[in-house]
Amino acid sequence: MTRIFVPCDASALAVGADAVAAALAKALPEATIIRNGSRGLTWLEPMVEIETPAGRVAYGPVAASDVPGLVDAGLIDGAAHPLCRGPTEEIPFLKRQTRLTFARCGIVDPLSLADYCAHGGYRGLERAVGIGPDETVEAVVHSGLRGRGGAGFPTGIKWRTVRQAEGQTKYIVCNADEGDSGTFADRMIMEGDPFVVIEGMTIAGIATGATQGYLYIRSEYPHAIATMKAAIAIARVAGYLGPDVAGSGFAFDIAVRIGAGAYVCGEETALLESIEGRRGTVRAKPPLPAHKGLFGCPTVINNIISLASVPVILDKGGDFYRDFGLGRSRGTMPIQLAGNLRHGGLFEVAFGITLGALVEEIGGGTISGRPVRAVQVGGPLGAYFPPSLFDTPFDYEAFAARDGLIGHGGIVVFDDTVDMAHQARFAMEFCAIESCGKCTPCRIGSTRGVEVIDRIRRNQDRDKNLALIDELCTTMKLGSLCALGGFTPYPVQSAIRHFGEDFGVAGQGRG
Amino acid sequence: MGFQTWSAEAAATIIAGHLGERGALLPLLHDLQSAFGHIPEAAIPQVALALNLSRAEVHGVVTFYHDFREAPHGRHVLKLCRAEACQAMGGERLAGLARDRLDLDWGGTTPDGAVTLEPIFCLGLCACGPAAMVDGELVGRLDPARLDGIIAGLRTP
Ligand SMILES: Cc1cc2nc3c(=O)[nH]c(=O)nc-3n(C[C@H](O)[C@H](O)[C@H](O)COP(=O)(O)O)c2cc1C
Ligand code: SF4
Ligand code: FES
Repeated sequence: MTRIFVPCDASALAVGADAVAAALAKALPEATIIRNGSRGLTWLEPMVEIETPAGRVAYGPVAASDVPGLVDAGLIDGAAHPLCRGPTEEIPFLKRQTRLTFARCGIVDPLSLADYCAHGGYRGLERAVGIGPDETVEAVVHSGLRGRGGAGFPTGIKWRTVRQAEGQTKYIVCNADEGDSGTFADRMIMEGDPFVVIEGMTIAGIATGATQGYLYIRSEYPHAIATMKAAIAIARVAGYLGPDVAGSGFAFDIAVRIGAGAYVCGEETALLESIEGRRGTVRAKPPLPAHKGLFGCPTVINNIISLASVPVILDKGGDFYRDFGLGRSRGTMPIQLAGNLRHGGLFEVAFGITLGALVEEIGGGTISGRPVRAVQVGGPLGAYFPPSLFDTPFDYEAFAARDGLIGHGGIVVFDDTVDMAHQARFAMEFCAIESCGKCTPCRIGSTRGVEVIDRIRRNQDRDKNLALIDELCTTMKLGSLCALGGFTPYPVQSAIRHFGEDFGVAGQGRG
Repeated sequence: MGFQTWSAEAAATIIAGHLGERGALLPLLHDLQSAFGHIPEAAIPQVALALNLSRAEVHGVVTFYHDFREAPHGRHVLKLCRAEACQAMGGERLAGLARDRLDLDWGGTTPDGAVTLEPIFCLGLCACGPAAMVDGELVGRLDPARLDGIIAGLRTP
C-alpha cells in the first residue's frame, strides 16, 4: 500500500492540512495516510509526500481543492504536476541542511516507537547506559554543546555540576516555553519527533542521578502538548520510562506541566517557581538551580533543543558533534526563518553561516518582493540588524560582538515598509506587559520607555528624549535581574543606531 | 464551548484530583478554567483551603498569569498574534481591522456576548503568519478578507 504523508504539525494544520488529508483519504482509499511532523519547509505547507520506489516525492503547498487534480495527474506514482517539487531530499532548502537534532522530524510517524527505533532512536540511551553516568556527562562536555535556550551555557558543565551536587532527589526540567517570536523549533520537535525529547531527558536523568523529569510546555502549543503526553504514555507502556528504563536498572519518568501565558516563565528560575505553583517571579542567583533548583533540589534545566541534541551526541560521539561549527559554537543550530520571507521554515545547519546567506539565499528574500530593511535575531530581546551587517556569521560570539544575540535561533525579516520607531516602542511595550515586576528599571522603566519613544515619534523635545531613552536603557541594562529587563534595550538601541532616520535622527543612512 | 455553571461540589471534585500533587496550583487552575470557563471568585477560598495556601497567594497566582480569566469570555474567542514575525507580515493591520469591526479593545467582549478579542504573543506559526487562533483552531497566512469572513462567521448567532 502506498504511503502518503500529510503533516500534523501546527504550521500545516493552520493552513489546511486536515482538509487535505481528508480529501486524499476520500480520493485514494487504498493508500495509507501518515500524519508526520513537518520537514520545516513551511512555505510549502501543507506539503504532501508520496512514497515511491525511488524515494519520497513532495507536492506543495497543497489545498484540499487541488487534490482531485493531483490524483488525476498521477500523484500516487509521484507524477509531474505544477505543485510537484520533485524528490523531497533534493529540494535545495533541505539538501543544504545538516540535520542532526531534526534528523527524523518530518520523516517518521511521530507516535510510532517502532519508527523511532528504526531511524536510530534509543541508540543514544543504549550507549549512555553502556558507558555509565560519568562518561555520559563527559561525552556531552566534549561535544561542545551549548544551551539552545539563549544563554549558550555549556550543557555538559551544567550536568557535571548536578551530577556532583549532594542530594537524594534531583530533577531534570525541560524548558519548552518557547516564548520568542520567530521561533518554533521546540514546537516542531515536540510535534514531529517527541521520543527524541523523552530520550534526551532520560539520558540527562541517568547522567546526573535524577529520576524525575518535568517537561514545561507553553499553553499556546495545544498540539505539542497532546503529542508529548501521548508519546510519554507510549514510552511508559513500552518500558522506556518507569522504574527500570529499558531494562537498564535506572529509573526515570516525566510529568508534563503547562504554562499559563507568561513570557517570563521561560526564564529558568521563574519556570521553577511556576512548576512549584507560584507566580512566575525570577529568583536571584546564587543559588544556581544546579545546586538548589526545583523544590530546593539540584536541578538540570535545559532548553528542549539542548536535550533533543543529546541522543545523537551519545550515539555518534562527542567528536562527531563538535566537528561541526565555528570557534566556540560547536555542532548545529536549528535556525528558524520567519516573518517576511519567501522561504520561511526551519533550517538546521552548522554554526558559521552568515546572516546574509540565511536571509537572501536560503530564505529567498522577502515574500512581499520589497527590499529587506531590518532583521531581528534572537526574539523580542534580540537586536535589529540592517543589511550592512549581513556578513555576521551565525555564532554566539560573533553576534555578541555586534551588540546582538542569537538567542533561540529565530530570525524575523522585515521589508522596507517597517517603521523602526514602532518596533522599538513595541519592544518596550512587550517588556512592560511581561515584566515579572521584581525590578523597578524593568517594571517602570519599560512603561517610561514607551512614553519617551512616543514623544520622540511626535518630535516633542526630540534631542532631549533621545538622550533620555539612552539613559533609561542603561539603567535597565544595569538594574535588571534577568534578561527581560536587561536585554530589552538591545532591540531599542539597535533600532535607533541603525535606523536613526525613523527617529528623526539626521545624518544616518539606511542600513 | 460549553462550560459548566459554577458549583462548589463540582469544584471540590476537581480539587480532590490534585491533592497530594507537588506544585498542584497551576494544573488545578487550568482544570477549573476548562470546566467553568474562568476562575470563579468563589473557587479561590476553596482552593486556598485545600492546598493550605492563603487566599492572597491563590489570587496572586490567578492574576499573574495572562491565561487565567476572572470573568467568562464570549461564546467565541478570537486570538490574534501581536508578536514581531506576524507584525512583519501585516499583523498590526489585521489587529486594527479586528478591533474596528468588533469595536473592541484587546480583552473586550462584544455586547451581545458573541466574541472576545484577545492578543496572543506568538503561536509558533511565525513562518506562515499572520497567525490567529479561532476557538482553539489555528489559522495561518491570514489576510484582511479572510479575517472579515471569520469575524462575520463568529458574529452570526
Ligand atoms: C525572559 C526570559 C525568557 C526566556 N525564555 C526561554 C524559553 O522560552 N525557553 C528556553 O529554553 N529558555 C528561555 N530562557 C533562558 C532560560 O533562562 C535558560 O537559560 C535556559 O532554559 C537554560 O537552558 P539551556 O542552557 O539548555 O539553554 C529565557 C530567559 C529569559 C531571561
Ligand atoms: S528584569 Fe524584569 S522580568 Fe527580569 S526579574 Fe527584573 S522585573 Fe522580573
Ligand atoms: S510571531 Fe505570530 S506566530 Fe510567532
